[in-house]
Amino acid sequence: MMDYKDIFKRKPYFTEKAEKETLYGEWLTELTEYHRERCTPYGKLLKNLKVPQYQHMREEEIPMLPIGLFKDFDLVSIPEQTVFKTMTSSGTSGQKVSRIYLDTETADYQQRALVAIGGDFWGDARLPLLVIDSPRVLKDRNLFSARGAGILGFSIFSSRICYGLDKDMNLDLEGIELFLNRYQGETILIFGFTYIIWNYFYQALKRLGQSFHLPKGILVHGGGFKKLTDQSVSSEEFKERITEVTGINRIHNYYGMAEQTGSIYMECPFGHLHASIYSDIITRRAKDFKVCSYGEKGIIQVFSPLAFSYPGHSILTEDEGVILGEDDCPCGRKGKYFRVLGRIQQAEIRGCSDTYDG
Amino acid sequence: MTNLEIYNRMFIRDLRVKEEDLPGLKYRGIRTWDSLGHMDLIADLEEKYDIHISTSDVMNFSSYEKGMEVLAKYGVII
Ligand SMILES: [Zn+2]
Repeated sequence: MMDYKDIFKRKPYFTEKAEKETLYGEWLTELTEYHRERCTPYGKLLKNLKVPQYQHMREEEIPMLPIGLFKDFDLVSIPEQTVFKTMTSSGTSGQKVSRIYLDTETADYQQRALVAIGGDFWGDARLPLLVIDSPRVLKDRNLFSARGAGILGFSIFSSRICYGLDKDMNLDLEGIELFLNRYQGETILIFGFTYIIWNYFYQALKRLGQSFHLPKGILVHGGGFKKLTDQSVSSEEFKERITEVTGINRIHNYYGMAEQTGSIYMECPFGHLHASIYSDIITRRAKDFKVCSYGEKGIIQVFSPLAFSYPGHSILTEDEGVILGEDDCPCGRKGKYFRVLGRIQQAEIRGCSDTYDG
Repeated sequence: MTNLEIYNRMFIRDLRVKEEDLPGLKYRGIRTWDSLGHMDLIADLEEKYDIHISTSDVMNFSSYEKGMEVLAKYGVII
């Protein structure tokens, strides 16, 4: 059995390539066997794909689940009575939502990973947190969306919370000002989903001709630029415009899956998204699924050694990206670092699913 | 009120439990002690004892008993 104490004794960005490869081979092989025994549809899939049993696999040999399968199947590896929370995600293309079942153990691991990653960027002291979203997102405590999960996850970093949008997603300018005045001159954390920050915070401030002065603010945003590239907003423009209306210079994007909550990929000051000890990434060529070289564009596959209550330890996403390097980012963090380019084409997605029809 | 009385009262109020349920109570062990309930409880304890608990200690505050150990680090002896 994997020793989770060992994972959490490690700092998030200190493990180098050779050791990480060994660890991930072991951890992910073990998790594959674990879920094969406990999750019937997953076991069937592995049988259809003729994945050998009880055999050590390297990270790249670990079978991958196309992310869309979480919509088509109830992928769960724990008895129903130990499900603590159910999370839904509509993050991927199509109308159906995926359901992710969490027990207390997996929820705890995911939260610990997030705490360690966040702590590496802004320290262990809790900070006043301005959430750019509506508290309505958290209405149902037992069944929540990926958006709700993000807010709940980040709330652990907060000493006090203020929601910047009301129940109808209107900017609560008065509430925000009251909150910011109370913590004037202090470091504050601002969290939200990229398109919500853009559409309901930035645009609203622009419309009102308002701005803030938060030189010590740290803004963290995730969820992808998909809805923004439709409005042709690039990552660079997002940063520039947000700095313009808030005075915030420390802006971190993050990449992550609802299916692997907690082990997010944070963007460092050099604009690189970083894998930590709690996650890893591979990119694959669309035509034959071979592993790409660094610098080569490919479909992103993500790994997490923390997915216990559902078989989410190796997922083929619907995103394209480029791995830029490993262990040598100028920011000093070890691990792979990469850039996300956006969604892959529909045809390619179908190609991925076909691979799994056998 | 003693520190223990304050401690118990915050649990009872924020997590909607009875005093006899407290021994052995674990974070995420009951519906009301989820991450929302947890942050309410931590914020109230900080206010009552006038302390600031770090993020990692919020994670370490994993049960009724563990919470007492965490608070002891901040000079609150229960
Ligand atoms: Zn970096």
